[in-house]
Amino acid sequence: MNFPMTHAQNQVARAVLEGPDIHRALTRIAHEILERTRGASDVVLLGIPTRGATLAHRLAERVAQFEGVKVPVGSIDITMYRDDLRLGPARPLGKTDVPAGGVDGKTVVLVDDVLFSGRTVRAALDALNDLGRPKAVQLATLVDRGHRELPIRADYVGKNLPTAKSEKVKVLLSEIDGRDAVELLKNETEGAAK
Amino acid sequence: MKHLISAGDLSRDEALLILDTAEELARVSERSIKKLPTLRGRTVVNLFFEDSTRTRISFEAAAKRLSADVINFSAKGSSVSKGESLKDTALTLEAMGADAVVIRHGASGAPHRLANWVRGSVLNAGDGTHEHPTQALLDAFSMRQRLGRLDGLKVAIVGDILHSRVARSNVLLLSTLGAEVTLVAPPTLLPVSVERWPCQVSYDLDAVLPKADVVMMLRVQLERMNAAYFPSAREYSRRYGLDRDRFAKLHDDAIVMHPGPMNRGMEISAEVADSPRSTIVEQVGNGVTVRMAALYLLIGGENQ
Repeated sequence: MNFPMTHAQNQVARAVLEGPDIHRALTRIAHEILERTRGASDVVLLGIPTRGATLAHRLAERVAQFEGVKVPVGSIDITMYRDDLRLGPARPLGKTDVPAGGVDGKTVVLVDDVLFSGRTVRAALDALNDLGRPKAVQLATLVDRGHRELPIRADYVGKNLPTAKSEKVKVLLSEIDGRDAVELLKNETEGAAK
Repeated sequence: MKHLISAGDLSRDEALLILDTAEELARVSERSIKKLPTLRGRTVVNLFFEDSTRTRISFEAAAKRLSADVINFSAKGSSVSKGESLKDTALTLEAMGADAVVIRHGASGAPHRLANWVRGSVLNAGDGTHEHPTQALLDAFSMRQRLGRLDGLKVAIVGDILHSRVARSNVLLLSTLGAEVTLVAPPTLLPVSVERWPCQVSYDLDAVLPKADVVMMLRVQLERMNAAYFPSAREYSRRYGLDRDRFAKLHDDAIVMHPGPMNRGMEISAEVADSPRSTIVEQVGNGVTVRMAALYLLIGGENQ
């Protein structure tokens, strides 16, 4: 999930991953998916909007490039399943786009940019439950920054990034942000991250 | 946004947010499980003082698809027939903890009054001859779905404008969204203040039809007519009804809408109503998704 960036005055951004690092991490994850699912024949990639959906498309491209398998790819919006809807004003919805073959009997790989509390993934599992019954569900994330609040772990991780809870992790992707980078934002002053 | 009482209260961004949200929610109606957990534990009261089939069922389906609890209240068979006032009814509902009250009332302005008495959100489902904002939203949604845009669209609204809350809400919303509206009616069926509405007025349907992208036919509301507004139903139908010959004057992509219920043979011929270019049936389906969007945006977030 991307975080609503309320730019406090003294925020310092430090790039932890650059474009080539992201490229390599995604390449490795694509290989791992192929290896673990024995050729990805029953795999459906579902990205969590906004940036997870973009990453899912990038992974599908790589899988196609390596083994010529055309993996169905889509997106799953979790807004209506969030457990914190009542903590803020109603949010605009992201796009849910389930590939034509559906998810029944498939191995669904959920793709998100940052794994943090695990609440987004919990919501995604609930949303997935209403779409059908996959054979298995796996999770791929570009950055795992720790601080889980639920018993959830990722099957494929681009980069384990130790963070303080007050820090923020921002993933930038060229399709959306014009460039590829993962930045760690530190608040010089105190101020809890979301 | 706390209440939805007038289509005129919506900014362009708010209106587009409702339409975009509805577009995403429309996919839920295509799934085998047509339900979202979003409004679990919230209560929506349908307060209907006037007869209604599609609007009440539509709001009920919308609330249920979002997992809200729905309490239906109709004036018939309730304490209202024993003489209870709107305010006392409202206070009763308030005590039941309604998060949203959907109200239809014969008196213009009733939802506005109600909004001062209850803590929850008030959604106007039609008040007298005043407004019916969710109908305008679903009409705009249907137009955008069929024609791909609203900006610059030429919309003709034809018929009993005087008694129509649908017409007023549509004029206000469509002008906010950049469409050009022309009202077409006999002079007796136009409200006095119509020159101040953000739209054009014509008395000649045949002159308007060739330029229109959308023709919205309104029902002649005989139940609200306490005077003779036109000589005979036959003459009205001849001059302002959409029959096969008039339909042929429309350009090939133009669509025909009707908020329902229709008087077939009066304002619209059966042949036109059932043509593939009529959106009358899909308007009903779109009503559910647009009302889901409105309910979600009004009471899906924090309690104000």
